[in-house]
Order: sequence, then structure tokens, then C-alpha cells
Amino acid sequence: MDVNVDLTTIWAFIIAFAVFAYVVMDGFDLGIGILFPTFDVGPERDRAMNSIAPVWDGNETWLVLGGGGLFAAFPLAYAVILPATYPLIIAMLLGLVFRGVAFEYRWRDPGHRRYWDAAFTGGSLVAAMAQGMTLGALLQGIEVVDRSYAGSWFDWFTPYTLLTGLGTVAVYALLGATWLVWKLEGDSQHHARSLAKKAAWSTLVLMGGVSLYNVFLNAEYAERWLTAPEIYFAAPVPILTAVIAIALLRALSVDRHSKPFWLSIALFFFGMAGLGVTMWPYVVPPGLTIWDAAAPERSQIFMLVGVAITMPLIIAYTAWAYWVFRGKVADEGYH
Amino acid sequence: MFEQLDALLLARIQFAFTVSFHFIFPAFSIGLASYLAVLEGLWLKTGKSIYLDLFKYWLKIFAIAFAMGVVSGIVMSYQFGTNWSKFSDIAGPVIGPLMAYEVLTAFFLEAGFLGVMLFGMNKVGKKLHFAATLMVAIGTFISAFWILSVNSWMQTPVGYEIGANGQYLPGESWWDIVFNPSFPYRLVHTVIAAYLTTAFVVGGGGAWHLLKDRTNLHARKMFSMAMWMAAIVAPIQIFAGDMHGLNTLEHQPQKVMAMEGHYESHPNGAPLILFGIPNSEEKRVDYAIEIPKASSLILKHDLNAPLAGLDTIPDDEEPPVGIVFWSFRIMVGIGFAMLGIGAWSLFARFRKKLYDWPLLHKAALVMAPSGFIAVLAGWITTEVGRQPYVIYNLLRTADAASPLDAPAVAASLLAFVIVYFVVFGAGVWYILHLMHKPPHAGEYGVKRGDTGPIRTAGITPGPSQNPGDPDTLPRDHEEATDGR
Repeated sequence: MDVNVDLTTIWAFIIAFAVFAYVVMDGFDLGIGILFPTFDVGPERDRAMNSIAPVWDGNETWLVLGGGGLFAAFPLAYAVILPATYPLIIAMLLGLVFRGVAFEYRWRDPGHRRYWDAAFTGGSLVAAMAQGMTLGALLQGIEVVDRSYAGSWFDWFTPYTLLTGLGTVAVYALLGATWLVWKLEGDSQHHARSLAKKAAWSTLVLMGGVSLYNVFLNAEYAERWLTAPEIYFAAPVPILTAVIAIALLRALSVDRHSKPFWLSIALFFFGMAGLGVTMWPYVVPPGLTIWDAAAPERSQIFMLVGVAITMPLIIAYTAWAYWVFRGKVADEGYH
Repeated sequence: MFEQLDALLLARIQFAFTVSFHFIFPAFSIGLASYLAVLEGLWLKTGKSIYLDLFKYWLKIFAIAFAMGVVSGIVMSYQFGTNWSKFSDIAGPVIGPLMAYEVLTAFFLEAGFLGVMLFGMNKVGKKLHFAATLMVAIGTFISAFWILSVNSWMQTPVGYEIGANGQYLPGESWWDIVFNPSFPYRLVHTVIAAYLTTAFVVGGGGAWHLLKDRTNLHARKMFSMAMWMAAIVAPIQIFAGDMHGLNTLEHQPQKVMAMEGHYESHPNGAPLILFGIPNSEEKRVDYAIEIPKASSLILKHDLNAPLAGLDTIPDDEEPPVGIVFWSFRIMVGIGFAMLGIGAWSLFARFRKKLYDWPLLHKAALVMAPSGFIAVLAGWITTEVGRQPYVIYNLLRTADAASPLDAPAVAASLLAFVIVYFVVFGAGVWYILHLMHKPPHAGEYGVKRGDTGPIRTAGITPGPSQNPGDPDTLPRDHEEATDGR
């Protein structure tokens, strides 16, 4: 891999960072939504909801940065990927509508709370699945002719994309469950821990499946992972992933609070790094590299100034908001 | 050929539907965030609990409106790519960065501080909480700044170059792009519109409770504050709208021709058509009621100034006249009705009858949703009025759409329509339910959980109907009708 550090590369890493931040932060929100039906109606559900109520909106904003950033920095990629995965994107957006309003509505209307709880779960599940399948559709390649999507209606629907979709659901469930291990106590925490173990195994199996599939899917991908010298760059990723997976399973079998969450993030980080190695330097495989799709230098510089100034501030006040609501979620919720 | 046309029309309907629904919420939350900041500031300054009560009363409503604005807004940020991918590719280098700035400087600010604003009063203390409220309010304004800059650039594009690959590329100066010719006018007009919209919702809520109990001090305060806004801001808005119209005349003359219903040019002073029915077949306005030369007076400040009409514009560059003509009149009509309510409230204050004049309260109640209608009518005027272009005089709407087939766009449109009516219908219902309850001393804030008694510090709880949150809809709906 030759990496020229130019503006386009910097922007590719900024978008990757936004996507990673989104997937981790909204990942645990969506994961709690996915796991919601397994929680007891009443205090357990309320506490799970309260643990994310103050932060979910900020978490979701990273999705807008990922989408908006892609539009700004790689407009051609944005213009190709969204029509190619049209039904998935629409499904994701509608899922996020249900998920988002359920945060407010379930408290306003106890008579219909179970419906809004179902909307919370359904919306989270659909959004997670659609995001994972979109990722899969991107990795398996998108046909582009004359700066437009040139494939057909259901190119995004394959066994591979189903696998990446399920993998994403499992990862989100793992993040959600380990977040709750951290934020809850007592019986609810035990419950979250047992969910986290199941989610961890599901995640590992599905991540393994996606990785194997990647190697067999595409000759270029396989070459990247299996031949020298590329293998020296690539090999540490699966090895570190395995080390973290073992640490995570150990942390879940003893009485740890925050450690499983951080290890889940690390696990996920290496999963994404693996996908990064697989895709590089394409933003839309197999045809468009990041340089093909990049916005002109003037746009890149203008935005880079904005990112350089605002990103430290965003991280600082986001961290502060998390700090304000630190600690275990109390029975009565926030008020 | 026909299929392509249908997919385009469906995509246009979808954008119009999703953006209209979306804008209702920011139109309210931009104003409400500022109102909440004012209320909390007054509470900190004066120490009077009535301001805190009103703050908490509207905070619950804000939480719902804001959530609806967020989820419908995320849809918008992806609509450009899903349905208008050609536009995204061609215009992305210019408008993409402006939208990225909106995310970086506004969305994160609002979302980051919203949690503290809603739930953090007892955790961070009064002053930091007020700072969080201010950040949310400022965030809503910054958001309006960037997105209106984008929209304005599409109306009055400047400062761009055309690249070898057909993309519009930024020129030397981003300043020129951001502060394009129509932007300052559109920003002022839209933000004031949001304030007025909120003022009339708040005023309508106050009027409703005054009609039921004119001694309710909280309702009085609410009504009085809203009527000051109406009296002061409605005239400013009419002035700002006039300036915006003159700017449009300079940069997008055919939009003004459609607004005015001027099919023909008038070399010796154009009439102001108050009402009439635009007839695009015959290219005239039927049954027109007009004031001679008044249009020239308004637009050119000269009775006899010549004004060009749509006859000077090629047919394939004319906007649809009927829609623009009517939506413009609806907006202006509501603007003057708002001015009337504001003036009436001043007169009532002068006669010391502000809280004691049921007819005024009824009128204010009727006007409560008028701001939403006016802002939508205004947007329809400006967006339909720039057709057939999506980027004025540069890119036709017909050339901007995604390569999608009609059934795909039709299916997603249907899904949006069903989901939006169900979800946002429910949300509006919850807001109306909260507004239906009279504001009172010891108002609750936003609470989470009905598992046990919840007390906001230093405040005696009201009579307990539901364990926990008295602002929720009762579990039993029959109880609801009995209870009132």
C-alpha cells in the first residue's frame, strides 16, 4: 500500500473517523434498542432508556457528519452510493425516525408505551441491519458508468450483504449490552452481562464469516490479505482482533463494569481497520478511488479549517456531556 | 421518456413533502429555543419562579418538537443523495462544505447541549444549565445560517467556476459563496418568521388558558410576552419581506413576475393585482382586482416605472404562476393578520384589557397555527418560483435527479407519507396535549420514569393522578375525558 499523505487522504481518514465515531456511539444506542424486548417492562426498560436519553441525539449527529462529510469531501461517492443502496437508506432513515421519536413519546403516552417500545426496537433493528447491508453493498462493489450508479434495483441484496447486516446487528448489540453492564447495577447488570456474552460470540462468528467471505469475494482483496508484502501490514489486524476478543470474553466472565465496553470498542476498531485495509484506496470499489471522487482542493481546505477548529471543541463538550451524566443510572431517572 | 418524467415528478413531490414536514419543526424550535433562553435568563435575573415554571412548561414541548426536527432533518441530509444524485455530484464541491459546516458548528452544538438542557438542571447548577440552553438556542440559529446560505446560493449562485468534469467548483472566495446576494435577506426573513411562528403558538396557548381562566398568572405572562413579540416583530417582518422581494426582483425577476401575476409587461406602471385567478393557458389573470400602478410603486418606488412581465421570458423558463401567485398571497395575508393582532394587543394594553378581552383571545387562538402556514407558503413561493431551475439559471431540476425508476421513488414516497403522518401526527397530538394543560406554579420539567415518586428540587408536587409524571396522557382514555 502506498499512502500519499495528501488532502484527499486526510479527508478519507476524517470520514472514516466520523463513521467509526458514529458506529460506536450510536451503535450502543441502537444496540439497546435491539435488546430492548429482553428487558422487563418497567424499571429495567426505563433505566436502559435513561442511560442513553441525554446522549443519543449527539451520537446520531455523527451519522449526519458521515453523510454530510461524504457529500462535501467525496461528492461523487455520495452521489453513487446512495442511489445504489436506495431502499436500504430509506429503510434506515425511517427506522431512525421511529427510534428517535420513541425516546420522547414513550414517556408522554403510557397507554401506548408498548407500541412505542416496539417502534424503538423495530426502528433500531431496521437501522442497524440497513447500515450493515449498505456497508456490505459497498464492499462487494458498485457498478458506475459515467459518474452515475449503473447497476440494477436489487444489487445490494446478496448473501454477503445479509451477513454484513447481521454482523452489524451483533456488534451493536454487543456495544449496547456492554454499555449497560457499565451503567446498570444489580440484577439488570447481570442480565446485561449475559446478553453481552451471547452478543460477543455472535459478533466473533459473524466477523469471522465476513472476513473469510472478503478474502474469497474478490481476487484483489485476497491478494491484499494473503501475499507479501501486503500481508505484513494486514496480518497484525486479525491477530490483535483475536487478542482483544479473548480479553473481552474474560472481562465478561468476571465482575467488570466499564472494561467490557472499552474492549468491545477496541474489537470493533480492529474490525473496521480490517475493512479499511480491504477497501483502500477505493471509496466505491471496484472503480472509484478516493482521488476519483474527491472534491477539489479549495473545498477540502475550506472544510479542513472548520474541522481543525471545531472538532476539538466538539469532542470536549461531548465528553463534558457524558461526564455530567456519568455513573450508574439511578432508579428514578433524570430530572 | 414518460417513465423518466414520472420518476422526476415523484422525486420532486417527495422532496417537497419531506422538506415541508421537516421545516415545520425547526420553524418552531428556532423560536422556542430562544424563548426558553429568555425565560431562563429572566428567572436567573429576577428570581421569579413564574419564569421557571414557564420554562419547564415549554421545555417539555420543546423536547418533542426538537426530536421530530432531528429525525426529519436526518432524512433531508440524505435526500440529496438518494433522489438528487446528479445535483449532489455537480454541486457537491460548492454546497457540500457549507452543509458540513452546519453539522460541525450547529448540529453538534445543539445535540451536545440538549441532554444537559433537558435533564441536567440538578446536575450542573443554574448557571451552567443556562449556558447549555444558550448553546442550544445559538445552535439553532447557526444551523439556519448555513442551510439558508446553501439555499440562497442555489437561488443566486455566484463565486463558482465550472470544472472540466461538469462540476461547479468553488472560486477564489468562499466569502462570496456564503454571503451570496440573496442570503442576508433570506436569513433575516426566515429567522424572524420562526420567531413570529413561535410567538403565535405561545400566544395562542396563553389565549386558550385565559379563555378558560383569565386570572391564571402564568397564562397572562405567556400571552403578554407573545403579544409584545407580535406587536414589535410583525412590522419588522413585513419590512424585511419587502426588502427580500426587492432583492428577488433584482436577481430572479421571473419569480416576482409570477408572484405578481404579471403575464404582460407594463411600460407605464404596473398594477398591483390583489386577487384574481391566474390563467396560464391564456396568459392572463382572470377576474383580477387590481390597484393601478401600485406594483410599480412597491417594487420601484415610482408610479410610472416600467415593469417587465413573463412575456419577456421564454416559455420553458417560466415558473408555474398559479402556485406562486397564491402561496405568496397566503403568506402576505397572514403577515398582515399578524400585524393586526399585534396592533390590537397594543390597543388592549392601552385600555388595560389585555387579559380581559375574550374576542382578542379568540382571535389569537385562531392565529396560533398561522405562522406554520405562512412559512410554508413563503417557502413554496420561493422554491416553486425558481423553477424550472434547481440552481438558478444553471442546473435544471429535470437534470438533477437520481437514475431511479418511478416505482422505487413512488414506494419510498408512500412510505414517507405513511410514516410521517403516523409519527408526526402522534407528536403533534402529544404537544397539543401538553399545551392543553394549564401552566401552573411548581411546573414539572422533563422527567424520565414513572417507577417512583419524582420530585423536582424545592417544588411541591401537584395532586397525584398518575404515579410519576402528571404530564403524560392517562393510561385510561375514558379517564381523560372524565378528568376534564
